[in-house]
Amino acid sequence: MGLDILTLVTFFPLLGIILLLFVPKTQVGSIRAIAIIIAFITLLLSFVMYSLFDPFANGMQFEINIPWITAFGINYHVGIDGISLLLIMLTTILSLIAIISSWSAITTGIKGYYISLLLLETGMIGVFVALDLFLFYVFWEAMLIPMYFLIGVWGGPRKIYAAIKFVLFTMFGSLLMLVALLYLYFMYHSYSGEYSFDLLKMYQMPIPMGAQTYLFMAFALAFAIKVPIWPFHTWLPDAHVEAPTAGSVILAGVLLKMGTYGFVRICLPLFPQATLEFVPLISILAIIGIIYGALVSMVQRDVKSLIAFSSVSHLGFVMLGMMALNVQGLEGSVIQMINHGISTGALFLLVGMIYERRHTRMIADFGGLSKSMPVFSTFFMIVALSSIGLPLTNGFVGEFLILLGTFKANTLYAVLASIGVILAACYMLWMLQRVIFGKITNVANENLHDLSGREKLVLIPLIILIFWIGIYPKPFFIRMEPAVKNILHLMQKSGKEKAQNFEELKFYMDGSKASEYTFKPDGE
Amino acid sequence: MVPMPHYLILSALLFAIGAAGVILSRNLLIMFMSIEVMLNAANLAIITFSRFLNVMDGHVFVFLVMAIAAAEAAVGLAMIITIFRNRGTIDADKFNLMKW
Amino acid sequence: MNQTLFLIPLFPLIGFLLNGLFLGRLNKKLISLIACGSVGLSFIVGLKMFFQLISLPENTRAIEEILFTWIPSGEFVVSFGYLFDPLSAIMVLVVSGVGFLIHVYSVGYMHDDPGYGRYFTYLNLFIFAMLTLVLANNYLLMFVGWEGVGLCSYLLIGFWFEKKSASDAGKKAFIVNRIGDFGFILGLFIIFWNVRSLDYNEVFVRAPEVFALGGGLITAATLLLFLGATGKSAQIPLYVWLPDAMEGPTPVSALIHAATMVTAGVYMIARSNVLFMLAPSTMTVVAIVGIATALLAATIALAQNDIKRVLAYSTISQLGYMFTACGVAAFAAGIFHLMTHAFFKALLFLGSGSVIHALAGQQDMRYMGGLKRHMKTTYVTFFIATLAIAGIPGLSGFFSKDEILWKAFSSNQGSIWIWLVALFTALMTAFYMFRLVFLTFYGQERMDHHTKEHLHESPKMMTVPLSILAVLSIIGGYVGIPHILGGGNQFEKFLEPVMKGVHHGGEEHALASSGHSAGTELTLMFGSVALILVSIYLSYYLYVKNVALVGRLRNSVSGIHKIIYGKFFIDELYNAIIIRPLVGGSLFLWKIVDVVLIDGVLNGLAILIGDVSLGARKMQSGQLRRYATVFLAGVVIIIGYFALR
Repeated sequence: MGLDILTLVTFFPLLGIILLLFVPKTQVGSIRAIAIIIAFITLLLSFVMYSLFDPFANGMQFEINIPWITAFGINYHVGIDGISLLLIMLTTILSLIAIISSWSAITTGIKGYYISLLLLETGMIGVFVALDLFLFYVFWEAMLIPMYFLIGVWGGPRKIYAAIKFVLFTMFGSLLMLVALLYLYFMYHSYSGEYSFDLLKMYQMPIPMGAQTYLFMAFALAFAIKVPIWPFHTWLPDAHVEAPTAGSVILAGVLLKMGTYGFVRICLPLFPQATLEFVPLISILAIIGIIYGALVSMVQRDVKSLIAFSSVSHLGFVMLGMMALNVQGLEGSVIQMINHGISTGALFLLVGMIYERRHTRMIADFGGLSKSMPVFSTFFMIVALSSIGLPLTNGFVGEFLILLGTFKANTLYAVLASIGVILAACYMLWMLQRVIFGKITNVANENLHDLSGREKLVLIPLIILIFWIGIYPKPFFIRMEPAVKNILHLMQKSGKEKAQNFEELKFYMDGSKASEYTFKPDGE
Repeated sequence: MVPMPHYLILSALLFAIGAAGVILSRNLLIMFMSIEVMLNAANLAIITFSRFLNVMDGHVFVFLVMAIAAAEAAVGLAMIITIFRNRGTIDADKFNLMKW
Repeated sequence: MNQTLFLIPLFPLIGFLLNGLFLGRLNKKLISLIACGSVGLSFIVGLKMFFQLISLPENTRAIEEILFTWIPSGEFVVSFGYLFDPLSAIMVLVVSGVGFLIHVYSVGYMHDDPGYGRYFTYLNLFIFAMLTLVLANNYLLMFVGWEGVGLCSYLLIGFWFEKKSASDAGKKAFIVNRIGDFGFILGLFIIFWNVRSLDYNEVFVRAPEVFALGGGLITAATLLLFLGATGKSAQIPLYVWLPDAMEGPTPVSALIHAATMVTAGVYMIARSNVLFMLAPSTMTVVAIVGIATALLAATIALAQNDIKRVLAYSTISQLGYMFTACGVAAFAAGIFHLMTHAFFKALLFLGSGSVIHALAGQQDMRYMGGLKRHMKTTYVTFFIATLAIAGIPGLSGFFSKDEILWKAFSSNQGSIWIWLVALFTALMTAFYMFRLVFLTFYGQERMDHHTKEHLHESPKMMTVPLSILAVLSIIGGYVGIPHILGGGNQFEKFLEPVMKGVHHGGEEHALASSGHSAGTELTLMFGSVALILVSIYLSYYLYVKNVALVGRLRNSVSGIHKIIYGKFFIDELYNAIIIRPLVGGSLFLWKIVDVVLIDGVLNGLAILIGDVSLGARKMQSGQLRRYATVFLAGVVIIIGYFALR
């Protein structure tokens, strides 16, 4: 490839933004067309990337590393392994679907809306490809801005509250992350004499236990808020309820995965000892999240906030599987990230579709939709069942592996988490019953038109993915296996090294000597 | 030759007068003039040191400050005139749009 | 080996896809052709495979086909593979055979239903899932079928989704089953992490090496598997969903909630006999739960008035029997009863469906009676099935039930107490089943005038399957005639290769080892038959000859009757101790913990910062001179600090 494929995929949406800038905002049709075409080409490019990806190769692929801000040792260093590959595919698919699904839902400020979505896409892909911590941080923050606008401008009645809450929560975490990041930067300098934000180089750096703990906490908090792990989840229901459909799809589908991805890419390999130390805490929080999210979902009255709380539960599974720190748990966790993106994304799309028709999302306002909208109900049913992990749908594969891995790591955790599986059936089926079953009690539901061709077009790819991952997930597992093993290997390896070098590196923890290599902003 | 402290005391006095003018006067024009006085007090201090330490940099700076002061005077006076045209007064206490 | 095994589940899957994707675009003829045809084809392939199987030498009777790797994750590798051995052969034939008959019956029964296409779509999906369950070559794929049949059960119970009670029942069935599945899947984890495989072949070979006999791990694993079985097969404590499941169309009750799906638990335990034999304490639990369920359900069945509910409780009770058989290590007897039960219980349900059809939806036996005259075929077939379930010699039920009773008595794991309770339950079964027959087909015609005029025999589409099932109910037992009656118990022998956990030593050896003589066996057999006949006569006396007595009896024990009629109020109990606290607790979590506590703390922080800022902003007076003053003061202070330091 003459032109680097990763850069192309990442920045292609930006090209769309530039194009859109030259289109007058009154030409709604061409704005939509351009956005869709750009997102579609991005998707095609990501397919190209997928096909070029060597499933059996170890390590990063399509790696490029060119200096960017040489004065600070910041490089444009990108590359992907199996995990990021799958997440990028998810991003490009969901972005296209989100853009198509906004066709009739968004009527004001269309130009800005599509620019935000495309910008978001670049930001998200960027996070997944970045191998330079500074680059990572830039993309991480860049994502925040378009999302803020999506919620704040095109959202529901309490959009300002939700948008600000979202930004404040995320910002709070990412600032801590910035501090930790700089600390790592200077630590790396004193370790190797070179200033660099390069993640792969930092993998090789031993970090003493004390520093690991603090660094882990700083990164973990940033990621935990994003995931969100209980009790940092309260921004999520608000943001979801207020966000427009496409915003919710992206938010649930991809943005939440940033947190879990961060754990996998940064926390686990960089701070193995600290991770081990925090496994019980995070696991327990994850289990609380699983059960708590399920219970609270059960009593929601708004379909969207029900799904939002169910996300808390599902992401609890993802975290739990990751904390099992074995192949099954970690692979289950990664596949569950994808699954959650697909299933929950589809659920939000479906809710958006009935919202467009009825302008309400209250469960009590519905009932008997099976009668008036059979196709919709079928889709809704399939997606809901995949979300509760029925075998042969995607959810089962993820949940099963997570629980299998967790069971090995800690039996009690697995037993407790399994209760969440039961509860998931409770809230989903209860919601289904009240929304699509029963008699039509509200006349407004009687003459709803069923899904249009465009709406089906949006859903069918997701349905196909649901069954594909459920029935034949092998291609995905093959691709992520080297990456997952690599991460576990890094954890073990650096664990050993640390044990050997622990004595000589003890000075890291020593405050008095810290001044020799750490940067003091007051310049003393 | 007049010793250095004398210059500096004069400079300080001028500065104090200027500051007092800014704080006590309500007339924008007088405040503006007082600011000019403070600027020149600073100029005086700079040139004093420049002379006594035999470093010519100070002179350069003073010229620079004077040039800027002239520009500032032009802009400032123009603004005051505009304010007067719009509001019919140049009483500084009447302008508290920046209040919380 | 020619690859034909996967065709068995494939046909119903194709039927499901065709009917599902073109839902609403096919006419009824085509729908029924696709649906029945696909199941029929499965049956034919199954039959062909069956003959292929018995042509093999006894010890190599297993055909395995691996289609593709399903989940590969590290050392955990599970394939999509099918295994056809004697056990799955029987299950396949029962499922596709009875399933086919019920499909045909449904064509008549559901003819006027607006959801015709949807119905057959679900039904085909069910057959696919059930066949996957019984054909799987590993536990995880079995679990796929296991949950799949649960899903279809959910969809079909709630088939008439506009009825609140129907969708409630569907949901209940699914959730209760999920609780069982929770156990099932945890059991699988224990098995996998010890054996490092979920394939039957490897598990059963390696389990005796890995697990100590009677050890804690294997006991836990089997108990958890059994929890799964209690959910699917409606045993204590998870039986509550099955009676409610009668909200579904009657053929569904016959297919799913009598003949096939609910027996999945029995199949699973029989399949895992190697594991269960390693855990004697689990076996005891299985036997006790089985017999207790049999007794409890039979008791409840005595007092129900809804014809389908009586049958539902009877199903639970009979399933209890099968578990008892498994619990006393008579797995083959359990499967034998499973098969005969599939015949006669499907027949009973279909017969009751025919009755309900004739009575325009009436299910309450108090408004039936005297139907004998109007519905000849239904009556005759129903009567045959009743004789079979009561255990009258010569019919299928007799052989299988007697086998279980005898094993309960004679087996090493059995005991005289289990035998006694089982016998007592058998007597009750005969009693309430004949009560049902007498109330429905005999005596006065108690339906209202309008219904009476429209009484009619059901169409051929429905009566032909009834007749076939009736024949099966008679002859189905002859494959397993016990040695004592001159048969060779072919059935048990056929299953022997699968029952690796049970020690086989031929008939003489078994008899000698358990220390019981042939005389004892014959005595018990005739004794129980005699008692059953007495029980039937009692029923006849009470419900035909001296009807008034029943009312008086009922009044004299009205308290007990109320409890039994109210099904011991188990549903109410579960509602009060589980469901309500759960919902209440969830509301508390949401309204208090989430909104007040977590958000309260965070919003409180925001408000605090806001308040502080509110105070601080008062300093911004907007007055130039004050700013200048503060500024000057600041400069003075800073310079002063540095000057005076």
